[in-house]
Amino acid sequence: MFYIYCPYCEEHREEEEFHASGEAHIPRPSDPDNCTDAEWGEYLFFRTNPRGLHHELWVHGIGCRKFFNITRDTVSYEIKETYKIGAKPQFTHAEEKV
Amino acid sequence: MQRYSGFGLVKHALSYHENWQRVWRNPTPKPKYDVIIVGGGGHGLATAYYLAKVHNITNVAVVEKGYLGGGNTARNTTIVRSNYLWDESAHLYEHAMKLWEGLSQELNYNVMFSQRGVLNLGHTLQDMRDINRRVNANRLNGIDGEVLDAQGVKEIEPMMDCSDRPRYPVMGASFQPRAGVARHDAVAWGYARAADALGVDLFQQCEVNGFIKEDGAAIGVTTKQHGEIRAGRIGCVVAGNSGVVAKMAGFRLPIESHPLQALVSEPIKPILNSVTMSNQVHGYVSQSDKGDLVIGAGIDGYLGYGQRGSYATIEHNIQAIVELFPCFSRVRMNRQWGGIVDTTADACPIMSATPVENLFFNCGWGTGGFKATPGSGHAFAETLALGKASSLAKPFSMFRFHDGALIDEHGAAGVAH
Repeated sequence: MFYIYCPYCEEHREEEEFHASGEAHIPRPSDPDNCTDAEWGEYLFFRTNPRGLHHELWVHGIGCRKFFNITRDTVSYEIKETYKIGAKPQFTHAEEKV
Repeated sequence: MQRYSGFGLVKHALSYHENWQRVWRNPTPKPKYDVIIVGGGGHGLATAYYLAKVHNITNVAVVEKGYLGGGNTARNTTIVRSNYLWDESAHLYEHAMKLWEGLSQELNYNVMFSQRGVLNLGHTLQDMRDINRRVNANRLNGIDGEVLDAQGVKEIEPMMDCSDRPRYPVMGASFQPRAGVARHDAVAWGYARAADALGVDLFQQCEVNGFIKEDGAAIGVTTKQHGEIRAGRIGCVVAGNSGVVAKMAGFRLPIESHPLQALVSEPIKPILNSVTMSNQVHGYVSQSDKGDLVIGAGIDGYLGYGQRGSYATIEHNIQAIVELFPCFSRVRMNRQWGGIVDTTADACPIMSATPVENLFFNCGWGTGGFKATPGSGHAFAETLALGKASSLAKPFSMFRFHDGALIDEHGAAGVAH
């Protein structure tokens, strides 16, 4: 059970107010009409699915209804940080480009 | 292999059951195998067994980082059914169902397959329309099924509240009489024992931590405990850890790993006759031969490798079960746990070649892999033997997420497993 700090409400709220919406920082292809099937498929369906640090999108569905980001460990489930859309995460892998 | 029989039981009783043969060997790895299976769960062991049995490829190793059948095979709710909507998945799961029906005899190991029937409840008019459609599709594919009204459901499960009281009253159900449950551990052990008897080497506590590649093709694996092991072909059957293993090989999969929780109650006297599943109020329940109620529902929405989930998820699950069976409200829950399920966007598995030559993946079974164990092993063994997808596995290529030929079994399968 998570106790999540919403960066917009600036309060900790219980997990049930939120909804996980998958991996964060996936850029939409700049020219979708000229994507190959493989490029578009990768964008839609393929994920890094890491064991460890994960940047993910959540929505405060029963609150301010805004989307924001969480950096979380997918094994220990520890929430490292929450940050607004457009902001950069503090916690990253060495190999990661965010 | 020492065959199990009633006579053998009596014979061994005379020596106080002290002389039973070990169920499988504990070998040391050869430098090279024809096929290495990464992952010693039900699906991996079934794959190894059918490689040896059907395709006569016995120079096979199964490499498992924990112990055999210790992952999702040990953590599921053991439901077996084949009432899927689309032809591709219906054929695959029905193939598995036919194998289930003779499995105990084939493996000489009692997998306790009990065809007590599965009810998929409908609570709305749309549910009932979907149920009618699915049962018709099933029958066209030679899969048994019937549509019941609320009275028909009540006759099968007298303890279920089929009145107008609940917020979502039971309007009817689909019923697959040949569906049921099986003893999950016995499936892994039975396949392991039978595969071992055919010459397959099983390695436990042996973790794969990389692939050996030559000219872009995989030619072996590196392991923590036994170093390098070479192979002609490699099949990865690692469920929730598929993303991690794919990363070692250098590509991504259209998969996300989520926690899926389940729980069992204290043992009680026989009270359920079938397996009851409801998509609408979202929960499923059956009663094990020990008497515990085995309960499950959907995944936790976030990514997770921790084999546990959030309390709210099981709370919703229990609310659904108590709504269906108010008499369960004071039954105490004994144990609760989670597994890591590898979910795809279309709720269908992946049995596929990969961007790396000689490397094949069998994954993406998500929340409903147990029922498919024999069929998955059978189809994936053929895929590994041929070096290309078998006819059953062909629609389940990972590249369907590039060309868009998805097989949408969300909801159509009756329940989120």
